[in-house]
Amino acid sequence: MSDVGAALPKPRIDILPALTPLIVAALVAPFIGSFSTFATLTLASLAMGAMLFTMASGLTLAFGMMDVLNFGHGAFIAVGAFVATVVYALAAPLGQGSLALDLGVFALALVAAAAVCGALGFVYERLLIAPVYGRHLEQILITIGGSIVIEQLLLALFGTEPIALSPPPALQGSLTFGEVGVEKYRLVALGLGLALFVAQLVVLSRTRIGLLIRAGVENREMVEALGYRIDRLFIGVFMAASALAGVGGVLWGLYQNQARAGMGGELLVLVFIVIIIGGLGSVTGCFVGAVLVALISNYAGFLAPKLALVSNILVMVAVLLWRPRGLYPLGAR
Amino acid sequence: MSETLSLDGVHTHIGRYHILQGVDFDAPAGKTTMLLGRNGAGKTTTLRTIMGLWRASRGAIRLGDKRLEAQRASDVARAGVAYVPETMAIFSDLSVKENLTLAARLGPMDEVRLNWIFGFFPALRKFWLSRAGSLSGGQKQMLSIARAIVEPRDLLLIDEPTKGLAPTIIDGLIACLKEIKQRDATILLVEQNFRVAREVGDFVRVMDNGRIVHAGEMAALAGDSALQGRLLGLSLDSHQ
Repeated sequence: MSDVGAALPKPRIDILPALTPLIVAALVAPFIGSFSTFATLTLASLAMGAMLFTMASGLTLAFGMMDVLNFGHGAFIAVGAFVATVVYALAAPLGQGSLALDLGVFALALVAAAAVCGALGFVYERLLIAPVYGRHLEQILITIGGSIVIEQLLLALFGTEPIALSPPPALQGSLTFGEVGVEKYRLVALGLGLALFVAQLVVLSRTRIGLLIRAGVENREMVEALGYRIDRLFIGVFMAASALAGVGGVLWGLYQNQARAGMGGELLVLVFIVIIIGGLGSVTGCFVGAVLVALISNYAGFLAPKLALVSNILVMVAVLLWRPRGLYPLGAR
Repeated sequence: MSETLSLDGVHTHIGRYHILQGVDFDAPAGKTTMLLGRNGAGKTTTLRTIMGLWRASRGAIRLGDKRLEAQRASDVARAGVAYVPETMAIFSDLSVKENLTLAARLGPMDEVRLNWIFGFFPALRKFWLSRAGSLSGGQKQMLSIARAIVEPRDLLLIDEPTKGLAPTIIDGLIACLKEIKQRDATILLVEQNFRVAREVGDFVRVMDNGRIVHAGEMAALAGDSALQGRLLGLSLDSHQ
């Protein structure tokens, strides 16, 4: 056909948004003063960003693909943290201190939180989400209602007082590199967050199910017209999103040293800021957004504590003024 | 093997609007049937109803001995129907290869068939790993059609494939549609370009106000200016 020779615009690799955390760090560094403080703050931010990504990545996929405004996502974060308290309580008789045992119990807490939250996500999607697909107002109301029910169930089961949750002894304490100190647990959280990021990228780009998810984010109807059951894919994505929230809840609970029924609701605003900054439906955008939010939050907390509370809102406004659909927007639906 | 498509008294409501009001026609196996009509006549709604994207409120849709009217779109697709929507609906964030990989439900793409497709859509080979969103309009249309034929299907539903395309690209698409016909596929083609309709159509069904108002051979309509004027308010001669 004569269109063969038509010039094709070269695929543009949009690297600038990915560089924003580096640019922010470079701009802030001179104001911090000491290199060791800057490095410690930055490493802590990266760990916090990895945890935020873990909690938010499922929501961005579910939001981007299913067009579902799940204001109950935070409840799964809290459930994950409480599952960890149960696992730690059950494992207490085994003792602590051995690296293998500590890591084994930690891994078990993560797997159990993912499994419980994934299963809860299945019930939640079938009961609450499925009847209101395409109806945003109803979604907001029913998912807020669902999160209240889950939160009240947690209060009834575990009581109103926060339950202590500490990283296993093998993951407590700090490592020092010269004058730079970093908590071992934060390094583990950072590694886990990075591993989940890479795993999601691999699944999304190298597997058929990943292609279907990416295609579904863009055009659900056409995925169905190609012969795939989009409703089953939705359930799978929602369960995965809930499982990731649960894993994030374990990481955050151990980071905050407690599990509270209200923790998910408090984190939800931050999680929404991350996915809006990143671009709805974009896993890469979610990762960059999470790191950016964590960096600015920690830098602001150090340099201007009074600004720390509004720093995340300010960064979201700035990003949306620059890129109204987020750092890595996907194709319009 | 291609199958005959038949619609019997099909009604479709979209919200409070009654769009299809008893559509009856058949599209013979292995032939290309043109679905013509003025804008708003119900052509796209007919294709979407057959595909299961809108549910028929009444009537029967058959492909061979399979009933389609109560099936969801994924089941209609698995019954052997491929759909090329008017909007093309390619996945712009995916590469050309990934778009076709998803369309090949049965497993890895057949290399012989792929080369057959590349024969009339060489741009797809050239831009195999490029993001589909970066293709030109004509190339996107090629990809949309290629996605429908990457595996053999019993029935192809194609909605205005030449809309908005340059005349030279339309010539290529005509060649492609003729080539697909040679593969014994049943095609139901909505088209506003009468030159395309005349060149590739075996049969024609004309719609107006949600009903079929004429059914016959395409050659007969093409040769009857008075009938064209009465049915379509247009003359094919003015669309050379």
